[in-house]
Amino acid sequence: MSRGSTLVFWLGFAVVVGLLAAAPLVLPAFWARLLSEILIWGLLAMSSDLLIGYTGLVSFGHSAFFGLGMYGAAAALLAVSPPSIWLALLFGLIAAAAAAGFVAFFSTRLRDIYFAITTLIFSQIFYVVIFTWTAVTGGENGLTFTRPPLALPGLFQLRLSPANLQWLVLAIVVMSYLLLRRITQSPFGMVLQSIRENEARTRAIGYPVERYKIVAVMLSGLFAGLAGVLYALQNEFAAPDFVFFLVSGETVIYNVVGGIGTLVGPIVGAAFFLLLREALSRFFTEFYLIPVGVIFVLIVIFMPQGLLGFARRWLNQ
Amino acid sequence: MNIPLEQILIQTINGVVTGMILALVSSGLTLIFGIMDVVNFAHGELFMLGAYVGVLTLAATGSFWLALISATIVIAVLGALIYVTTLRPLLGRDPLTTILATFGISLILQNYALWQFGPVARKIGEPISGHFTLFYLDYPWYRVVIALISAALLGAVWLFLKFGTWGVWIRATTQDRVMAQAMGIPVPRVLLTVFAIGAGMAGASGVLFGPLTAIDHAMGLDWILRVFIVVVVGGMGNLAGSVVAAIFISLLEAYAALWVSPAQAVIVSFVVLILTLLFRPTGLFATAVR
Repeated sequence: MSRGSTLVFWLGFAVVVGLLAAAPLVLPAFWARLLSEILIWGLLAMSSDLLIGYTGLVSFGHSAFFGLGMYGAAAALLAVSPPSIWLALLFGLIAAAAAAGFVAFFSTRLRDIYFAITTLIFSQIFYVVIFTWTAVTGGENGLTFTRPPLALPGLFQLRLSPANLQWLVLAIVVMSYLLLRRITQSPFGMVLQSIRENEARTRAIGYPVERYKIVAVMLSGLFAGLAGVLYALQNEFAAPDFVFFLVSGETVIYNVVGGIGTLVGPIVGAAFFLLLREALSRFFTEFYLIPVGVIFVLIVIFMPQGLLGFARRWLNQ
Repeated sequence: MNIPLEQILIQTINGVVTGMILALVSSGLTLIFGIMDVVNFAHGELFMLGAYVGVLTLAATGSFWLALISATIVIAVLGALIYVTTLRPLLGRDPLTTILATFGISLILQNYALWQFGPVARKIGEPISGHFTLFYLDYPWYRVVIALISAALLGAVWLFLKFGTWGVWIRATTQDRVMAQAMGIPVPRVLLTVFAIGAGMAGASGVLFGPLTAIDHAMGLDWILRVFIVVVVGGMGNLAGSVVAAIFISLLEAYAALWVSPAQAVIVSFVVLILTLLFRPTGLFATAVR
């Protein structure tokens, strides 16, 4: 990147973050909350972009990482007293990373559609366990808890009012974006992209491709878990619906629609679909997924620039 | 825990019955995948819609067999429509795009069913009400009949592929699409036919399985998962493999249901999948290296 475009990037970045930070002050409560939901789903989609866009692996299993983040946070808040937000974060991330490690160990042996199908099936293992293990997970009803304050023992304590929570979400999503951006530009990220472009060649050069893929899936799962923790904190519950593979499908939709391999695209995709849902659900009530599905299929067929990564990969074969 | 022998035998029959249906659904999916590299995410929804078409025809005509035939035809036509509108433009692109597109289709069909038929589950009555005594149980003849019909349909498909002119064309196209085209086989129409046949098989299975379950808009989701497990264990695109894997997995789940709830018995098939991926990542019955 030249000096000029770097400057433009950081200027744009500062403007967008500034606008988002001002939003809780100006927007009505409903829209401010929707905005922070968009950011959380955007973070989930962005985490999956690390796999779809940068490594060329389409994961249909991100609901498991997201859901385990939620349940990990809920477990920490319910089991440990006094509840601490840091423990919730820690538990959520550990649970998500463990799940991601498990899924990665098996699914990275496979490529393309086989990877997609196995991540889907493996994420369903977590769904079945969570859904049927009622004693621990609350089964169908899930777990509810109250939101803890943001506190550093002995230093300060901040009650998480809606606005404060929205700033917390914004701060974490922005930091995650910067981290993910750094990861994709690092030597590690370059190897991931070379796996996407030509796996056999990457292997021939001497990179342990499987190990890179496992780390990529785990990193991606970690950020998905972070999104799950945030979502649990925002809504004060963890529910099995969020572990079900339809959530993974939606994540993929956000990615494809927004444009993969861009990190920002998935957030745009999430915003597009959540706003679309808001608009359509006034006319179609619960059937808004019909037009959403139609739009998605049309984008897959007619907007291959949304599928830039695949297209590029296909041309290179 | 001590399980009496009778129960094991009963579960064996139950396992074979669901296994045959699962085999019918899975072989439709794997047939489609084998010939055009399309993973049809909407296959479970075709199964679900087949059951609903069955419900409607049954309500209109009162004949189960008419329902079976009409569901097969309607869903085959629907499959052909899906193929023409969404999948044909994607042929030749990365197979992953077909998963995405058919996932979109599955969302549409599922919510269409919810919109059209509402959230209340429907029922299909058993067409054959007789029972026979199996140990201490009155076992419905219908379940045995389902297994036989499914086996007959699978056999018919196999015979068609083996000896029918179109069947030979289908196998030729699966082996080498370009060569088949060069030999004068109408490849575009062959692909369309295969998609319609696969969809029709799913539709027929929906009606056949209807009397054993409650029919609602979400039933396709369970089935697509089981079908995916079956085709991965059996080897993608391997017709015989998916039939064997379907029966094998259904039997295991049926036995597991002796100890745990059916919802948890699914975990057994996950374990089979994990072991398969660990030791035979190309599927238990794979012939070619993936």
